Amino acid sequence: MTYLSAIGSYSIMVKEVFKKPTKWPIMKSLILKEIDELIFNSLGIIVFISLFIGGVVTIQTALNLDNPLIPVSLIGFATRQSVVLEFAPTFTSIIMAGKVGSYITSSIGTMRVTEQIDALEVMGVNSLNYLVFPKIIAMLLYPFAVAIAMYMGILGGWMAGVWGDFTSSGDFIEGLQLDFDPYHVTYSFIKTLVFAFVIATVPSYHGYFMKGGALDVGKASTTAFVWTSVVIIILNFILTQLLLG
Amino acid sequence: MIIVTNLHKSFGEDHILKGISTTFEKGKTSLVIGQSGSGKTVFIKCLLGLFTPEEGTIDFDGKIYSELTSDEQRNLRQEIGMVFQGSALFDSMTVEGNVMFPLNMFTQQSESEKEDRVNFVLNRVNLIDANHKYPAELSGGMQKRVAIARAIVMNPKYLFCDEPNSGLDPKTAILIDNLIQEITQEYDIITVINSHDMNSVMEIGEKIVFLQKGHKAWEGTNKEIFKTDNEAVTSFVYSSELFKKVRQMYLEERS
Repeated sequence: MTYLSAIGSYSIMVKEVFKKPTKWPIMKSLILKEIDELIFNSLGIIVFISLFIGGVVTIQTALNLDNPLIPVSLIGFATRQSVVLEFAPTFTSIIMAGKVGSYITSSIGTMRVTEQIDALEVMGVNSLNYLVFPKIIAMLLYPFAVAIAMYMGILGGWMAGVWGDFTSSGDFIEGLQLDFDPYHVTYSFIKTLVFAFVIATVPSYHGYFMKGGALDVGKASTTAFVWTSVVIIILNFILTQLLLG
Repeated sequence: MIIVTNLHKSFGEDHILKGISTTFEKGKTSLVIGQSGSGKTVFIKCLLGLFTPEEGTIDFDGKIYSELTSDEQRNLRQEIGMVFQGSALFDSMTVEGNVMFPLNMFTQQSESEKEDRVNFVLNRVNLIDANHKYPAELSGGMQKRVAIARAIVMNPKYLFCDEPNSGLDPKTAILIDNLIQEITQEYDIITVINSHDMNSVMEIGEKIVFLQKGHKAWEGTNKEIFKTDNEAVTSFVYSSELFKKVRQMYLEERS
């Protein structure tokens, strides 16, 4: 019953976000600020994680290929498939649920605790539109971050494979090009856009409707991370069934 | 005039407001007083539309709040200024940004017009050379002044204050009280202050509504509160020895 009620409140919140929009010049500056905060400030961690994940996938694939009948180019192929289909969109989104999600919940939650949201409402501002809409729009750029994650993951795989003497550069690149289906990238970006919406709205919900004081802001951030991750993982399964099944 | 009729509000099993009816007049400073937990904050939040009462009406100069559409409610709120207990200033904005915020949101004024208006209201609350400071750099009293400046920048018809002098030293508290009263008379607005500060009651209480356990137990003026025999009011207002003596002296003088 509690879960149903939460889903209902979340749906009403999402509907309210798109009502009574804030004036465009103000909204524009809010969106640019959020792009900087949510996307650009996350690129460092995305590059770092992707590089190493790509490297680990390559090494693990190479170490498990002990049958001489299997071509070495399969290392590049496996790296590409793993990074493009799963690691870049899903793994990065889980990381973003922690980094960006906790920022969103704590910033909105602090505004709730200090009555800043009440102040917005009393002034006649649609606080949900003012606070959440810029985050949703900023997160539309998230697929670009995931594209960088794909590139860095494959680069990390190449570096680990070639420099670690698991494969030659030629074999790795041949594997990357082997049986390439562009739809896999499209599938990945569709997933990313859905995850972006989840990362922007689920933590906002937990921050906006939180009750209590400073300690509860921390608890709300943790809860938001857990639920954002759960929703991402469930949607990942459903979208994979729908788009690839 | 604000006319409140038979206001009821509950949270789950807790019946917080139990049929409160009262009026608040233009150009007067009205105080809602009562012990902690008496329902003062819930009452003021109902007036502001932040809580929806289960029963009763709130009439703002002929507009019954519960009968307005959500857009009309938002438009009405633009005529309301509010000073929150903790000031509720936007941390990420400077003093100027905070005060200019309603102008940016709801007017088409030029930058220079907005700056002039901001400087005017900041001068009005005696806050000079603080335009570019952030809330964290201000004292509690200065934050309250910024909150008052932000509340009056749009020339509101209604001003609500939730414990505006809590956490302030007695001298600053009186300055804030007097400032609110001056603004109320100068702009001829309806001001409702939520307070449990007895100095405020005596200084600026042109109308006092006393709440007890969600009921309106008494209402009157700061002159009448000296004479009242209402036990609930006297035990709350004259709980300190000092105020008991003040009341005794006042009654002796009158007799």
